[in-house]
Amino acid sequence: MMRITAPELEIAVLVLGMVILLVETFATKIDKRILAFAAIAGLAIVLLASFFVAPSPSPDQATGFWSFYTADRLSIFFKQFALVTTIFVLIMMADYAPVVRRSFPGAAPQSGLGEFLTLPIFTCLGLMYLVSAIDFVFIFVSLELVTISFYVLVSFTRRNPITLEAGTKYLVLSALSTAFLVYGIAWIFGVTGQTNLYRLTEALANPAINHNAALLGMGFVLVALGFKIAAVPFQIWVPDVYQGAPTPVTAYLSVGSKAAGFVVLLRVLQPFLVLPETQRLVVLIALLTLIYGNLAALPQANLKRLLAYSSIAHAGYLLIGVVCFDVRAVSFYLVAYLLMTLLSFAVLIIVAQQTGEEISDFDGLARRSPFLAFAMLIGMVSLAGVPFTAGFLGKFYIFYAAVLQRQVALVVVGVLTVGCGFYYYLKVVRAMYWQSTTNIAKIPVNGLSRLAISALILCTIWFGIYPQPILDALKR
Amino acid sequence: MVLFIIFCPIIAAILIMVGMPARKTALAASVLTFLAAGFLLASFGHGQSGFQHVTSFTISREWRLSFTTGIDGLSLIMVLLATIVTVAAVWFAGAIERYENAFYACLLFISGGAIGAFASIDLFFFYAFHELALIPTFLLIGIWGSGNRVAAAWKITIYLAIGSFILLLGLILLYQSVPAASRSFDIRALQTAASAGQITADAQRHIYLLLLIGFGILVSLFPFHTWAPEAYASAPAPAAMLHAGVLKKFGLYGLLRLAVPLLPEGARHWTNLLVILLLGNIIYVGLVTIAQKRLDWMLGYSSVMHMGYIFLGIASAGILGVTGAAVLMFAHGLSIALLFALAGELRQRTGTLVFDELGGLAKVMPFAGLAFGFGAFAAVGLPGLANFAGEIMIFFGAFKNGWVMDSFHIFQIATVLALWGVVISTVYMLRAYRKMFMGTVSERWKQLLDLRLALRVPVALLVGALLCYGFFPQSFVRVVAPRFRTYLSANR
Repeated sequence: MMRITAPELEIAVLVLGMVILLVETFATKIDKRILAFAAIAGLAIVLLASFFVAPSPSPDQATGFWSFYTADRLSIFFKQFALVTTIFVLIMMADYAPVVRRSFPGAAPQSGLGEFLTLPIFTCLGLMYLVSAIDFVFIFVSLELVTISFYVLVSFTRRNPITLEAGTKYLVLSALSTAFLVYGIAWIFGVTGQTNLYRLTEALANPAINHNAALLGMGFVLVALGFKIAAVPFQIWVPDVYQGAPTPVTAYLSVGSKAAGFVVLLRVLQPFLVLPETQRLVVLIALLTLIYGNLAALPQANLKRLLAYSSIAHAGYLLIGVVCFDVRAVSFYLVAYLLMTLLSFAVLIIVAQQTGEEISDFDGLARRSPFLAFAMLIGMVSLAGVPFTAGFLGKFYIFYAAVLQRQVALVVVGVLTVGCGFYYYLKVVRAMYWQSTTNIAKIPVNGLSRLAISALILCTIWFGIYPQPILDALKR
Repeated sequence: MVLFIIFCPIIAAILIMVGMPARKTALAASVLTFLAAGFLLASFGHGQSGFQHVTSFTISREWRLSFTTGIDGLSLIMVLLATIVTVAAVWFAGAIERYENAFYACLLFISGGAIGAFASIDLFFFYAFHELALIPTFLLIGIWGSGNRVAAAWKITIYLAIGSFILLLGLILLYQSVPAASRSFDIRALQTAASAGQITADAQRHIYLLLLIGFGILVSLFPFHTWAPEAYASAPAPAAMLHAGVLKKFGLYGLLRLAVPLLPEGARHWTNLLVILLLGNIIYVGLVTIAQKRLDWMLGYSSVMHMGYIFLGIASAGILGVTGAAVLMFAHGLSIALLFALAGELRQRTGTLVFDELGGLAKVMPFAGLAFGFGAFAAVGLPGLANFAGEIMIFFGAFKNGWVMDSFHIFQIATVLALWGVVISTVYMLRAYRKMFMGTVSERWKQLLDLRLALRVPVALLVGALLCYGFFPQSFVRVVAPRFRTYLSANR
């Protein structure tokens, strides 16, 4: 069998992105949506190839390339995660293309679409590097690759003032968080003389170094990562940006960016776990995130905004897993989160083009399109955490870890906020099934979207009953 | 066989959603499961205390999680109850105006979920099946309910969601309380570990409290009961039948299945708390029930009140009281389903359930009057109906518990107070019966028709089961008791 090594996956994605950009530039006459399908096919091939990569944890004393790039199980798993996310996002973008076209009145009918469909490939590349990064410098560089491509994507339909506002907010706050990251890295480097995470562990074990200064640096890094994963109090940008950005980009932000953020968080926190303050700090952030995300979601009437707050709330549950440092629980939760969030966004994109993004626009959806209503139902009950869906098992593993470590405060707040969650997620179900509507036009769903949504529904239920494949993929 | 009983309703529900004719499929599936449950009862090996008809599929070796089903005496009677009530509920549902397919699919999902929970030997699926049954309940109330349906649906959703997550914490803690080497989701393995004394007294106390609150919310134990009357008053009759009759019993079943056998020390520790709360159910909620002016609310409160007796049996932790609790669970499930079915039918015919507007209905609807009388007297605890057997066993069992010659133990006081509950329920049931069925018929109701022949079948089924187990409770006790004998002797 052909041997593939992990870095070749990223190279393949890079080449794919370049080729599609070139085609986009020179083949002006083709339907730009073909580019999306080509990208999906290309990424699918890379995804397939990634299963043949043998994971190899980098030795502690690795040098050269392998001192900042690792190909352990976790990173391979999240490379696949990034690829799957990107594929689904591209499918949504193909659905979303008419909206992008409409947002450039007067320009050539296809203008702008090519970049919109190509940029996610580069974001995906950044995400793939990010999950492999074990050196602060490399973390910084790949994070920037992700963030800069998101700057463009978030404000892509820039004629729309809300989108423009979202883009500006994201740009300013993201730049600020990057500044914090660099400053934090500088402090840590200054104290320990290391940027590599493994060597950092050894350095921090040395009692001679100044722990308070290292903690300060870690705090700054935490601020930057808190921004990426939408943890309180760094969540201010989330509702506006999520609501304003083109919907597929919102989905990408809330799944891809968040997952990579959590992987980095797990890797970065590991050396600092020797300091007792670290855990206390994360517990505090988790509590705030859980409470804020769930309570603020309660009164929302706009579904996209609701999903934004729900994304904050889920960051809270994930942070419980981070506090307990249960990598598998966090990873499983992220997989569940990917499935159910993309499912909700996929339905949202299709419905929003017919009616709108308010929850009241979903009134009577069960009658207009039973398929979409059912998909949304599965997405919502999974987000709420009903058994036999992946979302429930995710919460189960998280709470399992928390109970095992006797994190009483987190567990109590977690359970109460789950109750809140039932309220606001089922609000959508209520609109779809209980409310009646005057608009009874059927909603068409094209073949590819139907396939993607069906796959997401199936996986949500399948991993809710049989989670073993995911757990095995992460077993050390 | 057990798998068939679990999945027959669920598969039928999926078929209905795909587009099979709703009512016929639902009826066929529910009758089939009922027959299968009857076969299970007939082929049940009496005198054995272990699980029978066990099938197991491994889900995760690492977590020792497997999909294991099987029945023992206790789960057998609960499955039987579920199938009887399902047949009655589906039969009573009739034609539905909006989304008929979804309505029947929801009913069958509740039924399948409840049966799955009762027949699961694995903790995880025990919990998950129950949750599967809860969601359709919310939908049924929200979509097809009457009155203040949306508020009622929200209330029950949030109450039960928090309750079940507290329960989940208790179950996780229970799973973790045994040493890592013998951790398992299998209830039998947990039983072995508990008998070997591997669950420390301290852990038992914590877990019992969580389970008591979690299950307590699901069963409407006193301070957590406010969701129940409102939800039952708003729910369409078949949903109220299935939830009050079957699904609510899940919490009690859970206490009997987990808390009593696995956590004797925890039970001992929290006995006083439980006794005080259950008196709240019997006395306080009983008095509230008397104050009700509408039949549906009164039935909702009365079903909350009767939970108090069952809790008393469970709290007594003696073989007599616990067996009585199981008998009463079964009997109450039948009688409340009967009452809700008739109440739903009355609402459909008269459009009102306010006592003051009704009267003399027994003259125009003699069959309904007779059936309602059976249900009401069963709920009161008249001898000859199944509830009587259960209540008397509970009272004797509880009174005997902690008996010392020279002083009254809390159980004696509680039993004396609980006996007053019988008087309370007599007051409200008889008053309701008098106001609705006795007296002169007003002009408005002269044209009312009695129940059709087709609707008499499910009524006869429920009344027949009540009478059958009322006159021969022994046949019932013989099925249930061996299971408790092993538990309770192991603990003493």
